[in-house]
Formats: sequence, structure tokens, C-alpha cells
Amino acid sequence: MRTFKAFTYAAATSFAALVAAAPASAVEIEYWQYIFDARITAMDVLIDNFQKANPDITVKQSTFPYADYRTKVAAAIPAGEGPDVVQLFYGWLNDYVQADLIQPLPAANFPADKIEAEFFPMVRAMKIDGNYMALPTAVRSLALFYNKRMFAEAGLTAPPANLDELVEMAAKMTTKDGAGNITAEGLTSGMTAQDHHWWREVVLRQFGGAPYSDDNKTVTYNSEGGVKALQFYADLEAKHGVTKSTFMDEPQAAFKAGRAGMHIDGSFRIGALKDTRGLDWGVAELPAGPDGTKSNYASYWVNAITTKAQGEKYDASVKFMEYITSDEAMQIWLDTVGELPAKPSAAMTDANLADPVFGPFVAGLGYANTTVFVDESGQRQVLVDAISRMMLEGQSAADSLAAAATAEQVILDGYYKK
Amino acid sequence: MSLYRNLSIRQKQVVWAWGFLALPIVFYCVIRFYPTFNAIVLSFQSWNLLGPREWVGLDNYAKLWDDPVFWKAFRNTFMYLILGTPISLVISFVIAYHLDKTKLLHGTLRALYFLPFLTSTVAMAWVWRWFYQPVPIGLFNNFLASMGIAQIDFLNSTSNALPSILLPAIWAGLGFQIIIFMAGLRAIPTSYYEAARIDGVSTWTILWEITLPLLKPTIVFLVVFSSIGFLRIFDQVFNMTTNNPGGPLDSTKPLVLMIYQTAFSSFDMGYAAAQTVVLFAILLVVSLIQLRVLREKP
Repeated sequence: MRTFKAFTYAAATSFAALVAAAPASAVEIEYWQYIFDARITAMDVLIDNFQKANPDITVKQSTFPYADYRTKVAAAIPAGEGPDVVQLFYGWLNDYVQADLIQPLPAANFPADKIEAEFFPMVRAMKIDGNYMALPTAVRSLALFYNKRMFAEAGLTAPPANLDELVEMAAKMTTKDGAGNITAEGLTSGMTAQDHHWWREVVLRQFGGAPYSDDNKTVTYNSEGGVKALQFYADLEAKHGVTKSTFMDEPQAAFKAGRAGMHIDGSFRIGALKDTRGLDWGVAELPAGPDGTKSNYASYWVNAITTKAQGEKYDASVKFMEYITSDEAMQIWLDTVGELPAKPSAAMTDANLADPVFGPFVAGLGYANTTVFVDESGQRQVLVDAISRMMLEGQSAADSLAAAATAEQVILDGYYKK
Repeated sequence: MSLYRNLSIRQKQVVWAWGFLALPIVFYCVIRFYPTFNAIVLSFQSWNLLGPREWVGLDNYAKLWDDPVFWKAFRNTFMYLILGTPISLVISFVIAYHLDKTKLLHGTLRALYFLPFLTSTVAMAWVWRWFYQPVPIGLFNNFLASMGIAQIDFLNSTSNALPSILLPAIWAGLGFQIIIFMAGLRAIPTSYYEAARIDGVSTWTILWEITLPLLKPTIVFLVVFSSIGFLRIFDQVFNMTTNNPGGPLDSTKPLVLMIYQTAFSSFDMGYAAAQTVVLFAILLVVSLIQLRVLREKP
């Protein structure tokens, strides 16, 4: 009995000490993102580091399935619940601002000229009325993955430098069976995957076209360059026969299975390929256009402070935002998730540029463009249908592209006329 | 409390009955009627899930009327119905009719036919999607290629894709329809058949004059049931065409899939609600017509 009493006493004292040890002004803020394992791990590391540096602030991370994410955010914040700092896709920014879900970053801590000097230029899309609303930790770009074994078998030594070489090399790696069916393709293709980005921001520009007007409100690809670019893309399958869009169900599946020589995809694919046994792959910058033009497509997820964060929670959120947009956080993100730092100072380091996997992606960021989507899946569908009309219904590139431009303009008008 | 004590036994019974009935009624109002009503209201509004709802009058319906994709989806939905319901009913009746006469391995055969109905639609759709792939992974095309025949684009074709998706949907529903048909066949009194046989009537006449007329309630039930099923088709289409949902070129897109995409990838909730109201109206009309046919006595 005596020992029990002593134990209770000891327990009570140590508990009191524990409570006392926590600073009186402890603030807890909440961070929300959707479920993507590597990102959750990376954020856990960042939160850990942040809490060590700021013992009076705790950050609670909550995650939700992608399908519910938008609804949850929309319902929680106006009710005064939910996140203080929230992650969102860059294409959703206007929706979040119009719905009054996020507030501008304080200019004192995030001066516009400093952001513009430090971050990649594509981040400027986050500026509304002179204020930055949100900032990314990481960005993603495209590169060409290639199968080293298939390259060696075809006697190829280096990845293609331009589009002509791309077609030529793809032809050398394509194999067909007796009935003429492709059994291994030189290049993967599929507008439903990443190819719509590659076409819109890379191929189109390389043939002298431009996807949208400067204010992003008008479709401008229905031009001579646009028709040439679409014809080039369709010819890969229809004329050169080096690819088949439905081959192995998905482009990435074909490449992963070792049945495709080359594959254009985003930096987020690195993780999945790393774990594939028996696949010997390399990464190269996207091939240059006929006149040597280089281009790339970059996209990113940003973090923003919600309108729910007020008072001391707001101050804590600002501190947290400062940390997760720092060079240190960006390097942690790169090492954990494989997504690239959003600042040239953190991305374009000699170590990153020399990295055989990250190097080509990082180099691509230097000349990347970002599409300001209003409805990404809808705008993707327009290009998917454009190529389907050519392949399945025999429409000409010019007619198909004209129809696509009209359809996409309807989507843009529907959004901007509000 | 004294109020309750003063009630007669009969009144108390009524109070209790209503007490128990109130629960499902409340449930129905909150879970069914409120969202239904809300969707109808929403169809006259514009809402992207984030901002406030704004009244737009009949704009969503006008947009629907002018939307070629909607008309395509509308046509596709009825293609699923018009092809799916008769084909599945004829096949399941033929199987049930012969299965009914089979003594050998009757139970095993019946179980085999019923199995697909127990399988998850999603898993089944993905397996069939694999069957339909081009060389070198697709089952059907590998077989064709080994025979030296050119491969067929099952899913990547504006003409083949809809029947290709419909086939597994019909196959999956057969088990259920066969069981119901067999129950219907068993319910026909054997004395009719005996009388017919004594009169020396042919098998064909027995089928036409006795079996089918007496199966009418069963047939009407199955027609209503499978029509609603085909009008609401979604799982098979979505899972077999996830790369390009409802494609290629919207040739397989049913209304439900269009509603889903409008709502949850374009976030145009008002427009999606207008499509839902139209689908609701179609289902209502089809069901009412079929119920009317059901009520007519033979």
C-alpha cells in the first residue's frame, strides 16, 4: 500500500512537471493535404523540424482521400473548423480565392519582389492584385525516361536530342509480330496520360504555336504551327508506327514492363520506377524542336493560409509557411518525395543538376511553362478527343484542331465570364 | 406523462406504432427526400462546391439542350437499355427453360450461372478490360494474333466499344435473371402441361400458349428491374474506360457517368444537378409505363 501511494505521488508530480514544461503560450495549428504517402512522410519530417525550432507551436497534420478533399476543405473553413494552412493544386487558386477560403500572404514576410527574385517564374501565377496568395514547396516537370537495355539492343548510345532523332530511335526499337501488331513500342503515347501537357506546352511551341493568349482567356493554338504540331503527334502512331496509344493499357505500364523504349512522364514517376526490378532506365531532357527550341511543362501544389487562421494562429501559420518554403524544406521534399525545389537557388545546385535522375528534370525547370487551367480534366479531354477524331474517324489535323479550339474556348468562356 | 397514461389501449397502440414508424420516416426524409429536393433546387443554381450558390434560372437546362455530349450520352443510355434488356432476357430465359428440364448436375450448373452475379462489378470490369486489350497482353487479341488474324480494337473504337462494355454487363446479370425465371417456371402448375400433352399439343405451342403467358408477371418484373439497371449503368463503363472515361469520343458515355464527371471533375454542381433531374424524370417515366403494363391482367 505504501509503495502504491509513493507511486501515485511520483506519477502525479512527474505529470505536473510535464504539464508545466509545456510553454504557457502553446498554439496548435492544423495542416491539411490529400493522401499521397511520400508527401505525408515529407510533411511529418518538416513538422518535426519546425516544432523543434518553435517549441511553442504544434502543427497537426490531417489528410484526406483526394476524392473528398475539396468538399471537406470547402465545408470546414467557412464553419471555422479545419486547416490553418492548406495544400491546393495551383489550378484551383482562383476558386479558393473567390470562395474566400484563403487569405493573402503578409507582404512583410513574403515581399513580392523577393519571391519573384527567388522562385521560378511560373510561381507568378499565384499573385492576385499584387499579393501572393500561396507558395509551393515543390514543383514537377517532364522528362524523357528511356530503357537502357532496349537502347543497347538497338545499338543506340545516347537519348534523342531532338524530335527527328526521337522518331528515328523509336523506329529502331519498335518490334512487330507476323500480323503487324506492335509487341514493343519505341515511344509510349497517350493524350490521357502526360502527353497532353507535352503537346500543349512543348511540341506546340516547338512548331511555332502558342497554347493561349497572354491573359490565358483565349485559345490560340488553332494556327499553322498548331496544325503541324498535331500532325506530328498523330503521325507517331499513324505514319511512323512507332507507338500505339492503347498499348499495354497505359503508357507508364508499357515502360514499366520493359516493352517501351522511351516514355515522357513527370518527376513523380521516379518513385514508382525506382522499385521496379529488372528495369534499367535513364532520364534525359525532353527532345528539342526542329529549330532547337526547348520547352517543358511544370505544375505544382501550393500551400496557403486559410481565412480561418486569425490572431496567434495566424502568426504561427505565417512562421510555418516561411519554413515550408525555405531552401531546407525544399531539399527535404526532393529527397523524400522526388519533387523538385521551387527556387532555382535550391533546385539548380551543382549536386542536383549532376544527379543522373533529377538533373534532366531540374534543367527542364529552367525553360518550363505552366498552363493556367480552369478545368484540367475538361481541357485534357479536348485534346484526347482531337487525336481520337483523327485516329478513329479520319478527320484532318486542321479540322480536328479547329473543333478542339472551339470546344476549349467554350470551357474558358464559361469560367472567365463569371 | 399523465397525458400518455390517460390514453386508451387502442390510442397507446397508435402512439407506439407511430413511434416506431417515425424512425424510418425521419431517415427517409433526411437521407432521401431532402437531398432529392436539394438537387432539384441546385439544378437552377450555379455552384462550384466552394463558393456560394447563385441563382441562374433555366441556364443549366438550356446548356443541357445545346450540349452535343448530353445528347450522345442520352442516346448511349438508351442503347444500353434497348440492347441490354431484350438480349439478357432472351438468353436467361433460354438457359432457365433448359436448366429447368435438366436433372444431371442441376445444382452445380445453377450455381455456376449464378456465380458472376456474386462477383464485384469493379473486379469483373477490370478482368474484361484486360481480355479486350490489344496484343501483347489482351486475351482475345492474343488468340486472334496466334491464328494470324488481325487484331480487333474492342475498346478503342467508336463502334465496338459500347457492345464490348455491354457484354460483361449482360453476362453478370444473367445469374439473377435465370434464378427468377426458374422460380417463375416452377410456379406454373404441372396440370396444365399434363392436359396439353394429353391433347397432343406440340412443344412449341405449349411454350407459346402456356409457359410464356403464365410467366408474364415474372417477365414484367425482370423487364422493370433490368431496365432500371441498364439506365443506371456506370461501374462497367467507368472501370473499363478509366483512361478516357466514357470514350473514345463519348461513344460509351452513359448519363450517370456524365453526371459524375460534370460534378466531380469539372465541379459544375448546378449543371450536374440538372442532368440528374433529367435522368430522374426518365427513370420515373419508364418505371410508370412498365408498372402500368404490369397492372393489366392477362
